[in-house]
Parts: sequence; structure tokens; C-alpha cells
Amino acid sequence: MTNNQLAQLQNQMGQNENDQDQDQYLTFFMANEEYGIDILSIQEIRGFDATTSIPNSPNYIQGVMNLRGTIVPIVDLRLRFGLEQIPYGEITVVIVVKAKLEEGEKIIGMVVDAVSDVYSVNHTDSTRAPDVGEADNREYLKGLVNVGEKMVVLLDLKKILTFS
Amino acid sequence: MSIDLSQFYEVFFEESFEGLDIMESELLALTPGDADSETLNTIFRAAHSIKGGSGTFGFSVVADFTHELETLLDQIREGTREVQTFHVDLFLKAVDCLRDMLNALKAEEQPDTTVSSEITKKFLAILNDEDISEAGTPAPPTPPVQQEPSMEEAGAFGFFDDAYNDPIEPPQQNDSSGGKTWHIFFKPEPHLFKTGNEPIFMFQELADLGEISIVANTDNLPLYHDLVADDSYLNWKITLVSDTEKDKIEEIFEWVLDDAELIIECDEVETAEVEAVEVIEVIDTPTIVSEVESKPIAPEPVAIKEQQPQIADTPVVVKEKENKKNPEATSIRVSIEKVDSLINMVGELVITQAMLSQYGEGEFTENRRMLMLEGLAQLATNTRELQESVMQIRMLPISFVFSRFPRLVRDISQKLGKKVELKLLGETTELDKTVMEKISDPMVHLIRNSLDHGLETPAERIASGKDESGTVTLNAYHQGGNIIIEIIDDGKGIDPQVIRSKAIGKGLIKEDDELTDQEVIDLIFLPGFSTKEEVSDLSGRGVGMDVVKRNIQELNGTVEVFSQINQGSTFTIRLPLTLAILDGQLVTIGGNTYIIPLVNIIESIQMTPKQLNNVGGDLELFRQRDEYIPILRMHQIFNHEAALESLTQGILVIVESEYGHIGLLVDDLLAQQQVVIKSLEANYQRVEGISGATILGDGTISLIIDIGGVISLAGLKKQHRNKLRSINDHRLVV
Repeated sequence: MTNNQLAQLQNQMGQNENDQDQDQYLTFFMANEEYGIDILSIQEIRGFDATTSIPNSPNYIQGVMNLRGTIVPIVDLRLRFGLEQIPYGEITVVIVVKAKLEEGEKIIGMVVDAVSDVYSVNHTDSTRAPDVGEADNREYLKGLVNVGEKMVVLLDLKKILTFS
Repeated sequence: MSIDLSQFYEVFFEESFEGLDIMESELLALTPGDADSETLNTIFRAAHSIKGGSGTFGFSVVADFTHELETLLDQIREGTREVQTFHVDLFLKAVDCLRDMLNALKAEEQPDTTVSSEITKKFLAILNDEDISEAGTPAPPTPPVQQEPSMEEAGAFGFFDDAYNDPIEPPQQNDSSGGKTWHIFFKPEPHLFKTGNEPIFMFQELADLGEISIVANTDNLPLYHDLVADDSYLNWKITLVSDTEKDKIEEIFEWVLDDAELIIECDEVETAEVEAVEVIEVIDTPTIVSEVESKPIAPEPVAIKEQQPQIADTPVVVKEKENKKNPEATSIRVSIEKVDSLINMVGELVITQAMLSQYGEGEFTENRRMLMLEGLAQLATNTRELQESVMQIRMLPISFVFSRFPRLVRDISQKLGKKVELKLLGETTELDKTVMEKISDPMVHLIRNSLDHGLETPAERIASGKDESGTVTLNAYHQGGNIIIEIIDDGKGIDPQVIRSKAIGKGLIKEDDELTDQEVIDLIFLPGFSTKEEVSDLSGRGVGMDVVKRNIQELNGTVEVFSQINQGSTFTIRLPLTLAILDGQLVTIGGNTYIIPLVNIIESIQMTPKQLNNVGGDLELFRQRDEYIPILRMHQIFNHEAALESLTQGILVIVESEYGHIGLLVDDLLAQQQVVIKSLEANYQRVEGISGATILGDGTISLIIDIGGVISLAGLKKQHRNKLRSINDHRLVV
């Protein structure tokens, strides 16, 4: 995407036009925390559909879903982060992302509680996550950013979606 | 104004490689001394198209090289020269060399001209009636030959210069003028003069741009009585040293562009390349040939003897290199017939769709329902037919693989000093393109192996009362949903005793292991097994057979060997016809739907308590007709919650595996249907015990079970297998 197109896109979305040093993030909620992922990696947002479970997979892999003929694995981000799972309902949302992983680009769905907003974030505004304790989740974090009064956690998709 | 030719490169390379394949196979069919004119014509045509194509695209190195080959071919074709064995050898080397050059060009590299100039010299010698079969390789590289006065110095344009020959300017001249060297090839249509154009004016204009030298090619000039006075028969090679731009040059030719072939190339002064071009161009000229003839030929018999086998080596090496570079071809050629039938079917599909949408509109009555059902039935037929013909597109006759083997066998047998006859059977058997590409390497290995280890030398064969020349047969045929490829040799066979002692030596088996002869022979597929005392460079590095087996297993295939001492060996490869579709049995396991490939299933039965045995606590066996079949509880293996309480509630699906028969315990059997295999790895990762996924009619995903994977998941490996064998053996004794 050229800079020009990018600027256009941002204009359309009514965002801050000061483009060069900004990234846009889509944010979503999980357990009342707001998390952000790079908007350019998002393919679509859709409701949760029945999945087929994969034998002997980690518990956070819900299974695979048929996305118009493509077989897409679904990750429950709550379980991935070691949070308590909540039952899926009509408003359960799956964010389908195109993630550039080491083995190539993969399409993966992530179950989150709810989608929130789109923010433009200056590169300089984001800070590294504080180096505290041995919390496993820390490695998934790309940084923290303040938007108004709120704090948003920016996630590193590559780390979240690399399953071992 | 100019057309970007690079968009056609891909087509040119593909056609050229195809042409080379044709040349190769026809050359092998050529009988020295008694050449079939049709064969010769086919070779000639292939060579000619390569030459023409490469000329058009400005690959003059290839074009000039092919030109020599063609000259000799032409003489043979016209009967002025008899075809000899060493001619065929040289042609084959030339084919290899061309393939290399084209590969280099394809990779946008500068082709290496050392081999080609070597071969060119040999052609030259033949054309000049030197006896190269005796003399061997001509002298070490000689400096470019010609020293004719440059046309430019003479102050004239070389329109009717005798030949194509030379005057490409010496490199230092390029330096002095400080400009670029432009190579211009100009070939007008015969009617050039009638349109009022005169090349000499254009060349004069060119001469204004810089230093110029022009060579006319008079090859196309007819005999005098055939000559039409106002037709143009010539073409020209112009070398222009000037710092002008391409546009300027094109401008000069602007009026004739539509009526001529024009190639303009800029040379970034590269001495080596210019020299190479010179060497190749030289050969065309009779006068220069005589000069070469007079050159001393290094007559060192020892050196030549060493050199010969080295050259014989090249084809094999070259092939491997080529394989690495282009692992898989990217396009496919389909007969127009298949495409037409496809278009037909799509047409019908559209009609059916229109019909259905018409019935779908408006009031829904019982009458309409009937029509609708009819329409749906038609849709089902259309879809199935369409699917079949799309699959047909991917199917190619196996001769695509087979065709490379005559050459391979010829090279290897020469090298080994064995006499071999290669028989090809069932060449029209069709096979999926993907499978075909992947089966080629294992087959090469098996054939090399048959030639190296299997067949004996002529002396050994005569001593054991066989015909002097051995036979290797390649046979392909369909059986069920599989394709079978057999590689049969009538050599000395595999001696179980030799294998056995070797395996004991390598610690693969114990001395007191009781194995049948067949089991012993099967040991050759174990990793790290090589029976030849000396490691040969053809086969026998011991990495062979297990790799072959693994490659074939990756294609869901199997390989078996059958051998009898002194009678020969047969390797049988069994492969699925396609990797895209399979016939599956839908089953439920712990409430989930899975698919078991139908080809693996032997039968499905309900068990009675009497048939069940328990061995050592963890191995459950099902007894059926004197055979004990281990039971795998699939829900346990896949970690699903059990829907079954006892074995007798479920159904046992008995499948064939590399460990013999295995029973998979499932909740229930559902329908059988054809499924399209989709990759699970594309967006996820490999899952042990699962070979892929498919989408069922209701849109849900179902996973396809990989029997081998399930067995290793279950840990039903060696120990259980041995336990099982001792049980089954015991039964035999009793």
C-alpha cells in the first residue's frame, strides 16, 4: 500500500491525518482489559461458528472453522492468556487475521470478548511493557500505549499465533 | 514502438526444453549407419525451432551454437554424411549443453560458454571431415581465430561478404570510443525493397551515430535461377560503437519495423563474452574452418583418455543440478479437447443454474418442487462431470517420466560397461501431475540401483548362462484406485544371505533373529544400508533405499521388492492416482466426524466378547479367522470423551497398515463419499495422526485419518508388533 493510499484510508476512517509516524490498531476487550493489534493484519471480523476440534491440540485451539472453503484454526485468546474461559454466545466475536509467521502467512481466527475501537498511535507513544516477574504472557506483548485515560496493550501477533 | 519480448520468455524456454527432450529421445532412437529420415527430420525441426526462437529473443549464444548442430544435421539429413555413433554422442552432449545454457538464461545468468565452444570445435572438426572419433578432443582452447581485415577499415559495408563470419570489433576499440557496443540484428521481409526502403541508407544513418561494422548473412540467398531480383534475401549483423540511446537506433529503422525482424542489444563491454561470441561465430565460415584444420591438434593419447570419461560424466551431474534449480514445473499443457469438454460442461452448468433460479422464483407449488428436484439432480450430474474433467486436466501419461530413462540407462550402462536393454510398458497410463513430479527421483534411484547392483557384467552373464545383455523393464498400469509402477531387472537378484550378514554386521538385526527371506530382503529399506563393498558414485552410498521409501510414503504410496537369486528383482511402487481427492468412509469418534480413506479399509465389523483377548494388560486383540488384530481405541488416541463404554458397543474398522492389519475402534459408521483433500498445515500445523481435512456437504470440517500416524501415536510400534508376532507364530506352531 502506498503512503498515499494509507493516508486516504486514514482520512476515510476519520482518524488523525498526521500519518507518517503512526500505526493504526484495532482494539478489543478481554476480561475488561483493552488489547490492540495492527489493523493491517486483520482480514475480517465475524461471529463464532461451530468448529471441528483437532485431536491432541492445546486447549486454546478451539478447532478449525470453514471460512468460505479455507480451513482456519480458531484460537481462544482467553485460554491462550491463561484466563478463565467464558461460554460462547451470539455476540462472541472472531477476529480473523493474516499473520506473517516464520512458516509463512497464515490465516487464523481469534476469539475475543468484544471488539472496541480503532486508534492511531504514534510510534513514539508506545512504551515497552514493564519487565515484571515471570508472567508467561509478557512475551506476547509488543508495548503499552495510553489513549486518553485508558491504557491499551499492544500485542505481538507473531508470538501469540506461534504454537509449539 | 518496441514490443517487450520478455513476456514470451517463459513460453520460449518451455518450448525449447520440450524440443530438447524430443531431440534427446529421437537421438537415442537413431541407428548409426541407417538413419530413419523421419527421425532425423524430427530432430532437425526441434533444433531449428530452438535456433529460431533464441535468435528472436536475442540469445545469440544459443542460436549460434544451435546453428552448428543444425549444419551437421542438415548434411546427415540430406544424405551427404552418414550418421555415426560418435555423432550421436556429440549431439547428445550438445543437447545437454543447450539445456545448461537455457537454464542459465532462464535464471538470467550469463551462460557458460566453455563447454559449448568445446563442442562447437568438435562440430567444426566433423564438418571439416576430421576424424574426431580417433583424434579425440581437439586442442586446448585456442585464441579466437579470425584476423580478417575489418570491413570498416576497408571503408565499405560488408553486404556481400562471404559469410556470417565476424567482424565484431576487438574489445579495446570499445574502450577507445568510450561508448556502448550495440548489437543489431536486422532481417527484413523479402518485400522490403518493394516498400521503397533501402537498407544501405539506414546503415549510413547508423554510421553517423558511431563506429560501425556490418556483416551480411547470405545463407538464404537462393540459386541464381530461383532468384527474384527485387526480393531481399539477406540479413545483417551490425555492431555499432556509440554512446547513443536505443531510441535513436530504433528511429532509423522506424519505417521498416513492421516488415522486419529487428533485435537491438546493448553490450556492457565484457571481454570474455565478446570473445565467446567470436569463437562461436567463426565456425560458420568455410575459409576459417580450414584455418582451424591447419592448427596443430594436441595429440596426447593419455590426456585424451582421461578426458573422455570426464565428459561422459557430465550428463548425470548436469541433471542433478537442473533438478535442484527447477524442482517443479509451474505450468501444464492440456489438449484442446479436454479444455473444450470443460467449456461444454461449464455451459451446461450455467444452464442448470438458470433453470434452478427460475424455478426458485415466485409461488412455490408441488409441481415446481418436482421440477426443482429434477434440476438439482441435473446439477449433481453436472458437478460430478465437471469435477472429473478438471481432474483429467491434471492427469498426464506416465511417458513424461519414462522418457527420460532411455538416456539415463544409456549413460549409466556405458559407464558401467554393461549391456542393457530398456523396455517401457504402459507408457500411456495416466497419473496426476503432482504425483508424477515427485515419483521421478525415486524411480531414477531405483533404476540406477538395478543397473549398478542388479545387472551383471556381460562376462558374468555369459558365465551364468544368460543372454549377454540384461533387460530392465519399466511397467505401469492401473489397479483399483492405484497406479502400479514396476521396475524389473533380470540380473543376479538379491541374496538374502548377503543382506542378512550385512544387517547383522550393522547391528540392524541380531544373529538369532528368525526372519523369512522376504523379511530379510525388506531390510534394504532400512536407513543406512549399503550392500556393495565399495561405494560407487552411481548408487550405494547407503542413503538410497530408505530415502526412496520415504519419498514414496510421502505420496501415500508403498514400495515392495521381490527378488529371486539369479532371476532378478522386481520393485513395485504403488501410488494413489491423485493427491487431491479420495474415497472416504465417514465415522464418528467421540462424537466427532472423521474420515478413514477407503483404500485402507479391509472390513468393518461388530465384535462379540468371545473374540476379544487381552495381552499384557495394555494390548487388546480381536481374533478373526486365525488372526489376532490389535485394537486401537480411537477416542483415547485422539483424546475425545468416550461415547462408548465397552468394545462391543462400537464398530471395529480393520485397516491395512505397514504393521499388518489393525483394528480402529469407532463409535459408528456413517456414509461413504468422495472428499476433496484440503491442507491443515496451510494455516495451522501438522497434526499427528491426521493427513488432512475436508469440508462436508453441510459446511463443517472433517479430519482425515492417517493410519500410519495413528499407529505411531498409539505407540503401537516395535514392542507390540513383536508381541503380536510371537502370538501369531505360536498359533502357527500349535
